[in-house]
Amino acid sequence: MSVASQDTTIRTGRVTRALIYLTLLLFALFYLMPLFVMVVNSLKPLHEITSGNMMALPEVWTIEPWRKAWSEAQIGVQATGLKPYFWNSIKMVVPAVFLSTMLGALNGYVLTKWRFRGDTILFGLMLFACFIPFQIVLIPMARVLGIFGLAGTTWGLVLVHLVYGIGFTTLYFRNYYAAFPTELVRAAQIDGAGFFQIFWRILLPSSGPIIVVSVIWQFTNIWNDFLFGASFADFSSQPMTVALNNLVQSSHGVKEYNVHFAAAILAALPTLLVYIVAGRYFVRGLMAGSVKG
Amino acid sequence: MSFMKNLKATAAVVALSTGVAQAADVEVLHWWTSGGEAAALNVLKGDLEGQGIGWQDMPVAGGGGEQAMTVLRARVTAGNAPTAVQMLGFDIQDWAKEGALANLNDLAAAEGWDDVVPEALQGFAKHDGKWISAPVNVHSTNWVWANKAVLDTNGIAVPETWDDFAAAVDALSAAGITPIAHGGQAWQDATVFDAVVMSTGGPDFYKAAFIDLDEEALGSDTMKEAFDRMAFIRANVDDNFSGRDWNLATAMVINGDAGFQMMGDWAKGEFLNAGKVPGQDFLCFRFPGTQNQVTFNADQFAMFDQGGAVSAEQSALAQAILSPTFQSAFNVVKGSVPARTDVSDADFDDCGKQGMKDLAAAASSGNLFGSMAHGHAAPASIKNAVYDVVTAHFNGEYDSATAVTELVDAVSIAK
Amino acid sequence: MQSAPDFKTRLQVWLPKLVLSPSIAMVLVFVYGFILFTVYLSFTDSRILPSYGWVGWENYSKLFRLSHWEIAITNMAIFALLYMVICTVIGLALAIFLDQKIRGEGALRPIYLYPMALSFIVTGTAWKWILDPGIGIENTMHSLGWESFAFDWIKNREYALYTVVLAAVWQTSGFVMAMFLAGLRGIDNEILKAAQMDGASNWNLYRRIIIPQLRPAFLSAFVILAHLAIKTYDLVIALTGGGPGRATELPATFMYSYTFTRNQMGIGAASATIMLMTIAAIMVPYLYAELREKR
Repeated sequence: MSVASQDTTIRTGRVTRALIYLTLLLFALFYLMPLFVMVVNSLKPLHEITSGNMMALPEVWTIEPWRKAWSEAQIGVQATGLKPYFWNSIKMVVPAVFLSTMLGALNGYVLTKWRFRGDTILFGLMLFACFIPFQIVLIPMARVLGIFGLAGTTWGLVLVHLVYGIGFTTLYFRNYYAAFPTELVRAAQIDGAGFFQIFWRILLPSSGPIIVVSVIWQFTNIWNDFLFGASFADFSSQPMTVALNNLVQSSHGVKEYNVHFAAAILAALPTLLVYIVAGRYFVRGLMAGSVKG
Repeated sequence: MSFMKNLKATAAVVALSTGVAQAADVEVLHWWTSGGEAAALNVLKGDLEGQGIGWQDMPVAGGGGEQAMTVLRARVTAGNAPTAVQMLGFDIQDWAKEGALANLNDLAAAEGWDDVVPEALQGFAKHDGKWISAPVNVHSTNWVWANKAVLDTNGIAVPETWDDFAAAVDALSAAGITPIAHGGQAWQDATVFDAVVMSTGGPDFYKAAFIDLDEEALGSDTMKEAFDRMAFIRANVDDNFSGRDWNLATAMVINGDAGFQMMGDWAKGEFLNAGKVPGQDFLCFRFPGTQNQVTFNADQFAMFDQGGAVSAEQSALAQAILSPTFQSAFNVVKGSVPARTDVSDADFDDCGKQGMKDLAAAASSGNLFGSMAHGHAAPASIKNAVYDVVTAHFNGEYDSATAVTELVDAVSIAK
Repeated sequence: MQSAPDFKTRLQVWLPKLVLSPSIAMVLVFVYGFILFTVYLSFTDSRILPSYGWVGWENYSKLFRLSHWEIAITNMAIFALLYMVICTVIGLALAIFLDQKIRGEGALRPIYLYPMALSFIVTGTAWKWILDPGIGIENTMHSLGWESFAFDWIKNREYALYTVVLAAVWQTSGFVMAMFLAGLRGIDNEILKAAQMDGASNWNLYRRIIIPQLRPAFLSAFVILAHLAIKTYDLVIALTGGGPGRATELPATFMYSYTFTRNQMGIGAASATIMLMTIAAIMVPYLYAELREKR
């Protein structure tokens, strides 16, 4: 028995380590399985799938389904592929993520550094709002958007996602800023720094990890949303998920499964990318914030 | 309906402030996103564009229009209703009751719709004597699709009665072939149930139970027998039926893995796409015992009221939909038959020709009935209540006697 | 000019509340306002659109006569319990394993995490195929020569719900792992060393010292998991469509179906109200305890 190294404290035997590696690998396979099915089938000609060869590697490799999904699959009356809808999604996601993260940061800042009577109750109200099932807000929300003249617009969708995202972003930032030394804020105040100055100069620069967490969370949720996108968009602002759904759910027709899978992966690429690129900062962000009460 | 009035007021304000409705465009909400359907709609689009009317496409697929209806609810509530919306059966009537649909009577009179559209169909396209939607097609749902080679090698003729059918099923089962290809989804179970009820109790019983919702008929022994027949069908599908898409079930018949499939006329497209020839490779016939009846569902485009009147674009769209050329072109592709009975059958194949003949005959002899499974016999609440019972029974949750009492109960809650 | 500093300080006092107020206003209107509206609708005769004819408790009495509302509630209890427990156990186990100076951690972590990035509109068909005995795992095992292998849960009324749990666990357990991993990385090593000096075994080390320190991570995981369990909707639609029969119906699918596809908005609103009350009964005491403690 020897101490492994300076910074790790748990010692494990060789057999245990082998078992640990085995378990980790098995779980990796489990997590990869659906992706494998999707990728493999998106690279096959359709007849290989319909003849029952769904789990095997392609006999003939082809990227035709990908091209088709992107630029000429039937989404509506015109065979446009997913391309035009991609931009609709981007136009909605970017402002919605930015605004909800900014508001969450400001709320977290106020709730931890400028406390006042009843602030905990307000925070509790915001937190409980995370649990509202989206199905019940559909009709009243449609009405409100109609009154504001935002129905069927990208900004209407941004508003909706902002409203139902701030609960989470506020939670993340509040927990993160709770661990931020209040003395620094007080010192800056004494030096005459104002509310926003303190936020911009002192808190925001050190908020990197939690911004990553908030952006990842919001980006995935908003990008993947179908219900709001379908209900509150009109012909000119339908997001990617609605287009994907139209492709996959087409009712009375031949199902081109290979194109469906290619389209599904295309639709998921941005979120996958965000997870893979920002993923390494993700655990760090969680570490710094949300799980440390 | 104070809510709708309220909405319209809002809508008017919004329209004024943002100028939503552009002059010469139609926004069309529909769920026809598969290749053939979209190609057919493109005909319509081209037609309108020829008249200088733009087509703004708003497709929302899923659940045979359920998803689109949810979206419609949100759009109407927001005071931003699309110009024209694809709709089925009772949904049209429900929206008409809310006062949301435009009156197409002037156009209908000029075009003589009353004379060429079957009466059973008018029951959905008109409300309070006013035309409110333009029917596109008529699907009939009591078809059986069979693999001819499988039937021939087992010495099976086209079954004429339930007993013939049961014997054929037993013969296939004995030969080691899955007799019935079926997908275990509620709407598919109910599609079969429609035909079984019609065959078991006859047209009057069907009408009493599903259209008049007569509790006595719903709770009768005939209904119990219909459930027993469903149990027989359940016993003769493969183990793997649950959750299967209908087109995969059709593929089983195409590949000769199964003998029969009970499915609406849209199944034909699958056979044709697989390069099969009607009458030669596959057979289509009415469900045994329903040779003279047609259960139908029809896609229509309802026009949403634009400030109290029908807009010129809506008229043009409705007119184009009911023009004989579009009716023929669209339905040849879709597998359904035209919604007007005076369209030439020259471009249709054997199954299509027979479908048109059957429809005309059924319409004139009073044998044309709305399909319960497809929302043309009773409103959505009842339809889904029937789904619940049929699918629960089909999946063995309870026996036929319980199913009958559950059916009566479920329908009464949903009324 | 004299009142300027006065105004400025006053502004500084009010600014925080001013900054917070838009969010609060939005939440009050778009969450609590809408909840009240839904509760109100549950006492009306609303069908296709909201309508304001008062019907008292009729929708509730209808709701409790519906046998598949009962199924939905029971399923929710089973689903939520299994889903939350299994996710927590797997998440914690993977986090502990991954924390053992594992080579390739950088590659494994994104593999565990990526399912969270995908919606079930995307992965639904793949899961359906994997679970389908005719195409997926069972068929693959058969073709590999293991003829007796059976995995047909999705086709079975009794077991279909567990396949929903399986797919749900697949999606979130990696995310939970990340939360626990973050918690583990934040633990002070000095305490552990001291305990080790005293001859504590690894098992005891985890049981007595490390896991109790992960309490905040457990709580965050609980909030995230509970919220996802309640909102589980896409998954059921994509995987089983609520079937076989109505065996995998959940309150979310029930609510949606009554409000939108069955045109019985009143009953839909009644089920939503019951669901919200249940959520409140569980979450409010938790939030209360959590937030009070921090004072």
